[in-house]
Amino acid sequence: MKQNDAVKNKHLKVKTKRLNRSKAGDVGIDIMLILLAAFMVLPMVYVIGNSFKSFDELFVFPPRFIPLNPTTANYLDLFTVLSTSWVPISRYLFNTVFVTVVGGIAHIFISSLAAYALCKFNFPGKNVMFQTVVLSLMFSATVTQIPSFLIIAKLGILDTPWSLILPAIQSSLGLYLMKQFMEQLIHDSLLEAARIDGAGEIRIFGQIVMPLVKPAWLTLMILTIQSLWNSTGAGYIFSEEIKMLPTALSQITATGIARAGVSAAITVIMMLVPILTFVFSQSQMIETMATSGMKD
Amino acid sequence: MSTIAKTKTNKAVKPKKKKTAAYLAKQNKVAYFFAAPYFILFFVFTVLPVLVAVVLSFTYFNMLEWPTFVGIDNYINLIFNDDLFITAVKNTFVYAVCVGPVGYMLAFLVAWFINEITPKIRAIIILLFYAPAISGNAAFIWTLLFSSDSYGYLNGIFMYLGFIDEPITWLENTTYIMPVVIIVALWGSLGTSFLSFVAGLQGCDRSLYEAAAVDGIKNRWQELWYVTLPSMKPQLMFGAVLTISGALGVGASLAGNPSVEYAAYFISMHMGSYASERYEMGYACAIATMMFLIMIICNQLFRKILNKIGS
Repeated sequence: MKQNDAVKNKHLKVKTKRLNRSKAGDVGIDIMLILLAAFMVLPMVYVIGNSFKSFDELFVFPPRFIPLNPTTANYLDLFTVLSTSWVPISRYLFNTVFVTVVGGIAHIFISSLAAYALCKFNFPGKNVMFQTVVLSLMFSATVTQIPSFLIIAKLGILDTPWSLILPAIQSSLGLYLMKQFMEQLIHDSLLEAARIDGAGEIRIFGQIVMPLVKPAWLTLMILTIQSLWNSTGAGYIFSEEIKMLPTALSQITATGIARAGVSAAITVIMMLVPILTFVFSQSQMIETMATSGMKD
Repeated sequence: MSTIAKTKTNKAVKPKKKKTAAYLAKQNKVAYFFAAPYFILFFVFTVLPVLVAVVLSFTYFNMLEWPTFVGIDNYINLIFNDDLFITAVKNTFVYAVCVGPVGYMLAFLVAWFINEITPKIRAIIILLFYAPAISGNAAFIWTLLFSSDSYGYLNGIFMYLGFIDEPITWLENTTYIMPVVIIVALWGSLGTSFLSFVAGLQGCDRSLYEAAAVDGIKNRWQELWYVTLPSMKPQLMFGAVLTISGALGVGASLAGNPSVEYAAYFISMHMGSYASERYEMGYACAIATMMFLIMIICNQLFRKILNKIGS
């Protein structure tokens, strides 16, 4: 059915492409897009360039975008610094990966369960629950940081990875997107049929609902990666051996100008993970976002 | 959903209503089990902080002693006796007005431009625009560019081209801090709402455009206003909500904290300083409560504006 739609759209697009489109307008839009894209991309090109510059070239005047003599010295340096540090870097890397993976998987599983309940069951209280979630989309974590800190301290999970994982699991954006996606994708008839066949609710969820919403899993994973991969844990985590990768890396950067190239290398490495995950899941993410609309 | 709504409005069948709710609850018991893990966490980490903030905002609380009730003293001090708070509000307002509406329109315009180009290269273009929002380490990249010596890229280029004689201290100069902070924020602002716009535009019903052309829509701008925007209202609303949280929740900036003459000092920093430096939690919570109120008002405002689209 989906394929049919795609074919139909393609067919229509060929016809409609010419409607109301002037050549000059097309060119104008291309130019605007190129200018804006340059604004977006140049800073990143610059930092990537810097990470491959030798020490002398970092400080030439005028500064260059692209290194003349690219070198991997900064990356090699980074690994030397890291392998000789007090707590080995693999530890920090493990901490960040642990928090991101556990947080991401738990977020997907727990919010899918709740999303499924919210969109396919009719129980008292569900409207209030969903409206609260929608309202909370507006309240960024920065605003609730003080009371959140008090609560996390009271729960006794301060200075443990859970102080980062548990709040990430209940991200309201994830639940919202998952619920909207399920609403569109999972038809009641399918669930009815499964129930008639004698499938239990847990089995229906695990074997019918979850496989169908795979694109939304990826979206939720990306969103979790965005918040947790770059999370420094500042304010919540103090012990050296459970510190996050960005904190450890910023300690290296803090040693000043001698490490300018190395810190560029760090930035590039930290950027790679979220960007690569997006590259591989872009179409699924767009598919999820298509249902993200908010109706009154 | 409709059953609940109906029974709520119909007072004549009151005894029945209770039965229905109880019946529905029993019938859908499994749904509560499914929703419980999420909503327990949601209550603890999202709802409770808001409630705690509101309650503590009426107290004096230093984390060591039990909070003492002080009425609306915190709010009175905040509004009448705290010059720094007013500075923070002004800065946050300037920032939010620039990054909020401008960023929102930028996200939509870029999404629309992308929808106008050939589908073959769309994926790459989307990646280029979305990458800054997910790369996280924006502050670092831009400190390189705005570094205040002649090795900073912008200073270097401007001096080389002869625009300026000596390096500008971008992040230590009160005239430049705010624009720089805003530009950097706009650079990283094409996030989730941008993707939602892209997806919404792709999903617009093609037959609507054909019908519009027949009805006399002449160019792509008219088409945008009369056809595309109205059919994208749900996505626009979603984007607006996320924009509010992004623009008002501004926390750290690359100008650091405290910045020169508090030129890039935001409400959340003011809150942070009362909480973690002076341990005046009640006062900090009063600031948080004010921010909740501002966010809710902005949300209502956005809804009103969006309802005017296409008319």
